[in-house]
Amino acid sequence: MEVPILKQGAVLIATFQAALSDADLNQLRMGLVQQVVKFRSRAVIVDVTAMDVMDSFASRTLREIAHMIRLRGAETVIVGIQPEVAFAMVQLGLTLEGVATALDLEEGLAYLNEKFKTTN
Amino acid sequence: MARRDVASVSPPLKRMEEPSELLRELVAHLRQNRTQLREEWVVRITETRLLTAMTKEEIFAEATSVYDSYVEALETEAFEALQAYARNLSERIIPRGVETHEVVGIVLLLRDVLARSLFAKYQNDFKKLNRILDAYEPAANRIANTVAVGFVQERERVIRQQQEAIRELSTPVLQVRERLLILPIIGVIDPQRARQLTEQLLRGIRTNRAKVVVIDITGVAAMDLTVANNLVQTVEASRLLGATVIVTGLSPEIAQTLVTIGVDLGKMNTVGDLQGGIEQAERLLGYKVEKLAEPR
Repeated sequence: MEVPILKQGAVLIATFQAALSDADLNQLRMGLVQQVVKFRSRAVIVDVTAMDVMDSFASRTLREIAHMIRLRGAETVIVGIQPEVAFAMVQLGLTLEGVATALDLEEGLAYLNEKFKTTN
Repeated sequence: MARRDVASVSPPLKRMEEPSELLRELVAHLRQNRTQLREEWVVRITETRLLTAMTKEEIFAEATSVYDSYVEALETEAFEALQAYARNLSERIIPRGVETHEVVGIVLLLRDVLARSLFAKYQNDFKKLNRILDAYEPAANRIANTVAVGFVQERERVIRQQQEAIRELSTPVLQVRERLLILPIIGVIDPQRARQLTEQLLRGIRTNRAKVVVIDITGVAAMDLTVANNLVQTVEASRLLGATVIVTGLSPEIAQTLVTIGVDLGKMNTVGDLQGGIEQAERLLGYKVEKLAEPR
């Protein structure tokens, strides 16, 4: 399944679809990092608004994506986690520790703006 | 179907009636004597001191519709309609403080009043009386049962509704500044309330686009391990929605509980009291509060 990745200046925006298989997630992991390299992006926003479940594999993959992207010197922000999904995740102990999160795309971009301002 | 009776002092031979015919006959009798039987029933209700929460006029009005529904149920055997009627009646009288035993009581009184009137009418024909009662008894039992069940169901519905309302009331999520929510918790938190709290807060964060939440637990005396864990989960889940949580008002007992369960205090942002919590929240949001003049 193709996940649309949009480029907005130095930020890549990947919009996850509702039903991503483990294979899709694995492909995404490599794909996103390759795009970061190709476009020399400074940050990636992963929008999971459409995901109504988040299992441990998806959660782990998101953390790995963030770590790999950080090794390229770029920041990852996960946005759009739904209240019910967030609740279910923390009950399973999936807290996405170490990964930045924001309410939605708008907030994610605002967060990155602040971050870039202070680091410049 | 004729029956030969050789030696009998009973009236001339009759054929056996069908049960439905008997029912129709007794329903007709109950309708004919409606005014008198209803009056008798109301007198019995007052004598037995039931429905004391209602006025005489109210009792009479309700008695009329109950009587008619009772007789109709006997006639049509439409017990669903009766159950709906019973629930409707309960909805009207429960707020007046009418108790279950009163409702069951008056239905049994009516049953008794009607049965006695049947005894009186058929007292000279014992066999017929038997057949009439055979038709009456099961239906009357079913009616009493249906009304009681309907009443209890309505009570349970009201209780559930009230419990839900209390739960909603006791955990308000308040917006005090843009992007800042306060959740003051008062009283006992059980696991169910804790869960409801978390769900309400997460929804509130999304609706109000909150970036900071202050959860004040000054009004909470104690929490058990389950609820303490739930608090930690609430903090973690809020972070997933991009909001920072500040917990204020921890009592010494609760502080002890949190340390005992090994809460990573690095993960939990705590401040002594609500005032301090709001001040920190404002700082996080980029506000600076400056006093311009003395209070008048």
